[in-house]
Amino acid sequence: MDKIHLDHVSFTYSAGTPFEHQALDDVTVHIGASRITGVIGHTGSGKSTMMMLLNGLSKPTSGNVFLDGYDVNSTAKELYKTWLTLPEYRNLRKSTAKKAIRKEVEARKRRLCFRVGLVMQYPEYQLFEETVFKDIAYGPKNMGLSDEEIRERVLEAARFSGLDESLLEKSPFDLSGGQKRRVAIAGVIAMKPEVLVLDEPAAGLDPIGREQIFEEIRRYQRSTASSVIIVSHSMEDMAEYCDDMVVLSQSKVIAAGTCEEVFSKVSMLDEVGLDIPQITQLMRRLRKMGIDIPENVYTVDRAVEILKRYYQSQKGNLT
Amino acid sequence: MAETFIHAENLSFSYQGSNGGDDVPALKNITLDISKGEYVAILGHNGSGKSTFAKLLNLILEPTAGTLIVGGTDLSSGDLSDEELIALRRRVGMVFQNPDNQLVATIVEDDVAFGPENIGVPMPELRHRVDGALASVGMSEYADREPHHLSGGQKQRVAIAGIIAMRPECIVFDESTAMLDPLGRREVLDTIRMLNRENGITVINITHYMNEAALADRVIVINDGTVLMDGTPDEVFAQRDRLREVGLEVPQCAELIHRLREAGIPIEGTAISHVESCAELLAATLRGGEPAHG
Repeated sequence: MDKIHLDHVSFTYSAGTPFEHQALDDVTVHIGASRITGVIGHTGSGKSTMMMLLNGLSKPTSGNVFLDGYDVNSTAKELYKTWLTLPEYRNLRKSTAKKAIRKEVEARKRRLCFRVGLVMQYPEYQLFEETVFKDIAYGPKNMGLSDEEIRERVLEAARFSGLDESLLEKSPFDLSGGQKRRVAIAGVIAMKPEVLVLDEPAAGLDPIGREQIFEEIRRYQRSTASSVIIVSHSMEDMAEYCDDMVVLSQSKVIAAGTCEEVFSKVSMLDEVGLDIPQITQLMRRLRKMGIDIPENVYTVDRAVEILKRYYQSQKGNLT
Repeated sequence: MAETFIHAENLSFSYQGSNGGDDVPALKNITLDISKGEYVAILGHNGSGKSTFAKLLNLILEPTAGTLIVGGTDLSSGDLSDEELIALRRRVGMVFQNPDNQLVATIVEDDVAFGPENIGVPMPELRHRVDGALASVGMSEYADREPHHLSGGQKQRVAIAGIIAMRPECIVFDESTAMLDPLGRREVLDTIRMLNRENGITVINITHYMNEAALADRVIVINDGTVLMDGTPDEVFAQRDRLREVGLEVPQCAELIHRLREAGIPIEGTAISHVESCAELLAATLRGGEPAHG
């Protein structure tokens, strides 16, 4: 089941001006429910634009964005005809039903930004509250939840993000960069979004910091069964942590599917100048040198397994 | 042995504690030499002290204790005249992380001219320097553009050109590729290599990326304010477990070799930092002792 479906979506910035720029060109993407999807591409490939379309921050110039099969940009007017036949509206007076439909469509629009939670690049610059607790609580508070529910959510989000409870009463500005970023992520997680979108969540972190943040994201996804979308430049990280991948290049989708499917098109990824993982480069090189191994290997674990097996079979042949 | 450009002996630096608290030591008794023309990468996790070290090299920060001599000038004496300080900053340039924070002018060539103009380089010479600097980073055709329309990698190359126009002997890159995408990173790394190989500029590249450190001639690992390792990329990446302990990892190629050796596969050789050399080592073993191709 698709969680998100972009159907022939195009997006043009500043249409009709000299600065007109087509950021997305007839993009069709299916993003699976309860999976981690990596969106990869160069700066300017359309990644960020795509993210903004997901929670209604921008509307496509043409095409549709569906969340659970519902077009997030649909207007009441477009829906009257079909919805008036639904049981909840069928028996109402037509004007009352129309009013109810309008209300429902607006409510859905408002809910969209809670259902699809966006963590922007370098989110630590967006912290503003006096305490870590208040900063994480900002989203749930806006959802109109009770104090008790807010508290529960803040604690849970802090736990998912690897923040110690002792930090909650501190000022977010006294924390380290990595901790600040976790506060920002917790603030979005606390809204319990069905889709969590993170734009370069590990940018600027050291190797272990990167690993920890991706591990936390994975743990969060596995235990909540929510859908997670990670935007990144790093094929190595995406290969390690994602179930699926979407590759954008020059405003178009050039590959999509499971990591395995996408990496089977590795030559094409190379051609568009994406940094294919070092391990993939190494395995391809070995293959060119006449070692008979599969080409689309993209994690170190898998490479170790394959080469071990290869070595043993060679040894077997010799003795 | 090449001439020493940077000499640090028992070099220490502490940040002043906030609200009257204790001082926070960031570097503790660092002793090392860097020669003219070397290409050195400095690795370390966040907060290890690696950026502090960089900032001491042109006196953005002043050493708290120990000796630091850069290009013959003693920075630890604490009594540099303004002229000496300006001369030092001309000789040791710095490129920082955020491409948007480093450009000051509204036109690319004005930005490159900003530094030399400030130290009073006269006109025909100024023109010559700006054109030369832009050419060496491959940005000549952007000379009359507005910097904010450039990509991140292009902005960083303009920032580098601004430093080259000062005719420096050494450039320190403080995580200058961290905010760039793979293409931008490649552009900047190619430029760094060219400056080192062709112009003989001493390069110090502070980075989080192991693949980037592998491009240097020498890798220094700083942890908790001290030098933990110092050697060629192959020597440093041979110590995977120690790197791991301090929050670092090795490039995927080196990781693979380590893991296969742990599994009992006898891979000979030390050249584990690059795809090409790793492939040679692996092929030799996997073919069962036959010599590598070629």
